[in-house]
Amino acid sequence: MKNIENILRRVLFSLITLAAVLTFNFFLFRIVPGDPISMIASPRMKPETREMIREQYGLDKPIWFNIPAMREQGAFSALFDSQFSYYLKNTFQGELGQSFRQKVPVAELISARLGPTVLLIMAGEITGILFGTVLGIIAAWKARSKIDAAALFIGLIAWSMPPFWLGIILLTLGRGYLPSGGYITLGATYANTFERWLDIGRHLVLPASTMALLLFGAYVLVVRNSTLEVLSEDYILTAKAKGLSSIGALWKHALKNASLPLVTVIALDLGYALGGAIQIETIFSWPGLGRLMFDSIAQRDYPVLQGVFLLLAISVILANFLADLTYSVLDPRVEM
Amino acid sequence: MTKKGISGSSFWDEFIRKRQGVIGGLMLLLITVIALLASWISPYDPHDTISATAKDVLAAPSPGHLLGQDEVGRDVLSSVFYGSRISLLVGFSASLITILLGCTIGLLAGYVGGRLDILLMRITDGILVIPTLPLMLVIIAVAGRGIGNIILVIGLLSWPYTARVVRAQVLSVKERQFILRANAIGVSHFGIVMVHILPQVLPVIFASATLDISYAIISEASLSFLGLGDPSLISWGSMLNRAFLRGAVSGGAWWYLVPPGFLLAWVTLGLNLVSNAVQEIVNPRLRNHHLFNELKIVSLLDRFSPGAAVGAAKR
Repeated sequence: MKNIENILRRVLFSLITLAAVLTFNFFLFRIVPGDPISMIASPRMKPETREMIREQYGLDKPIWFNIPAMREQGAFSALFDSQFSYYLKNTFQGELGQSFRQKVPVAELISARLGPTVLLIMAGEITGILFGTVLGIIAAWKARSKIDAAALFIGLIAWSMPPFWLGIILLTLGRGYLPSGGYITLGATYANTFERWLDIGRHLVLPASTMALLLFGAYVLVVRNSTLEVLSEDYILTAKAKGLSSIGALWKHALKNASLPLVTVIALDLGYALGGAIQIETIFSWPGLGRLMFDSIAQRDYPVLQGVFLLLAISVILANFLADLTYSVLDPRVEM
Repeated sequence: MTKKGISGSSFWDEFIRKRQGVIGGLMLLLITVIALLASWISPYDPHDTISATAKDVLAAPSPGHLLGQDEVGRDVLSSVFYGSRISLLVGFSASLITILLGCTIGLLAGYVGGRLDILLMRITDGILVIPTLPLMLVIIAVAGRGIGNIILVIGLLSWPYTARVVRAQVLSVKERQFILRANAIGVSHFGIVMVHILPQVLPVIFASATLDISYAIISEASLSFLGLGDPSLISWGSMLNRAFLRGAVSGGAWWYLVPPGFLLAWVTLGLNLVSNAVQEIVNPRLRNHHLFNELKIVSLLDRFSPGAAVGAAKR
């Protein structure tokens, strides 16, 4: 019973955060001086198109609450006949507006770019976690040895690197051996799907390695420190006293407990990974959401910018919610 | 100064003995000196307009230009020296905002507790789950690319972590005997927080401050690299933005690509080393564990008899 209550509280928290993000996203693109339509519609659009957008977004209405309409009509519901409610309605219908530059719906642009970003982050996360965990555990096990010092140093260096610089370095090093940009070879024809994926895989190597290196540093440090903390617990001493070997103690007790902080870090790091993805995709011309965001900043394509940000924020909020759930399953002592 | 915990002087004694802390500190000192002396030690003034010829474009290092020249013929070494000023300026001023906000909120939440604590921590968590770099990008893209905006945005969005750490430390200090006694003899809440709690929290604040600075520096560099840096200033991030967009990669101009990024990594590594050393002092659990030291003996003895291993491990 208590657990259900906790889950509900978590759901409520996530919903409130989501509402805050929605409100912020609406507000930010309206605080800019000038006609709000200039933020949503390109100045180069035809007057009819602009009028259509004006209507769709309710731009002739007040921003938050429509008090005059309520007085006039005497109906409470008229109070919400405002720009904000139009925005909410449009957003929930997946209607994110039109791109200034490409004259297509933002939602369409985003859905075309989603796959590559997911692929990049997944490949980077899996590689980063794998190497980070292994090295972190070895470092903790051999604490204060040269191996530990080396692992710490490598982790710290990887962690200290500016993401975009790491990308530039890998790009420079890998040029000539691996494709340095894009998602697939332009103009290539494939005999089958396998060949197509092979081509994507080759393009993925450099960006995904950058992402992995970026995350790897944090994982080494987190796993090392949490393993070290667990190893200082008295039950490890007890386990040793009972005759369990060092590797046995490490495997049976330390690993399980040390993996707990990792779950949170992965979820919390998703925001960081997305920030990294913007830079990595920019460097490697990877056609994902990050590159889309970079291009829309350069072209002042505000509807696209707004849409991508909303999607990224929702994903991270969701990931954190799921991480909290997982955490409470892995460690029943944790009250959410 | 205080009864338990780490007092100021013993903290510094321990810090001086941490090798990584000292190395990190020296790394930072070097950059600070470069930033302060930039206008004296730079061979050229990168703000000067220059009359460059075609052979100056992305020219390789030469005796006249130790780190070569950029895409308009400016001296890279000078730009790198001047760039350190922007990084440190943003790092320190943004993290000052972060620390002030984080400390105030952490102290309030931890010391007052109750509903205020819940409210403040919910807000903190809320900001923590919003992806920071994308958020900064959107705000700067809309609000404008001035250095003031950049500092404000970084400072105002980075405090949640500091607030959480400070609050946790306040909670653990709050119930100690000397705080309860101070309360009993009628010291005001403000006095208790300022005189008794704050000194105990300082090492934690220091550790997170170093991380805040490195975070602010990386954030500014990332924004600048993505084309949202202050257009009137030379920073390491904006140098790399130009280098990347103007063909330094395909031109193989490593002298233009490597130095700004190397110094960025240098500064953040220095800050991380200092922070790591502080955390090891503050969190004693990171110092030792039960598989450590005895390990060699234990694993040797393990093979002979479990009983002997116990004896060795208990040592």
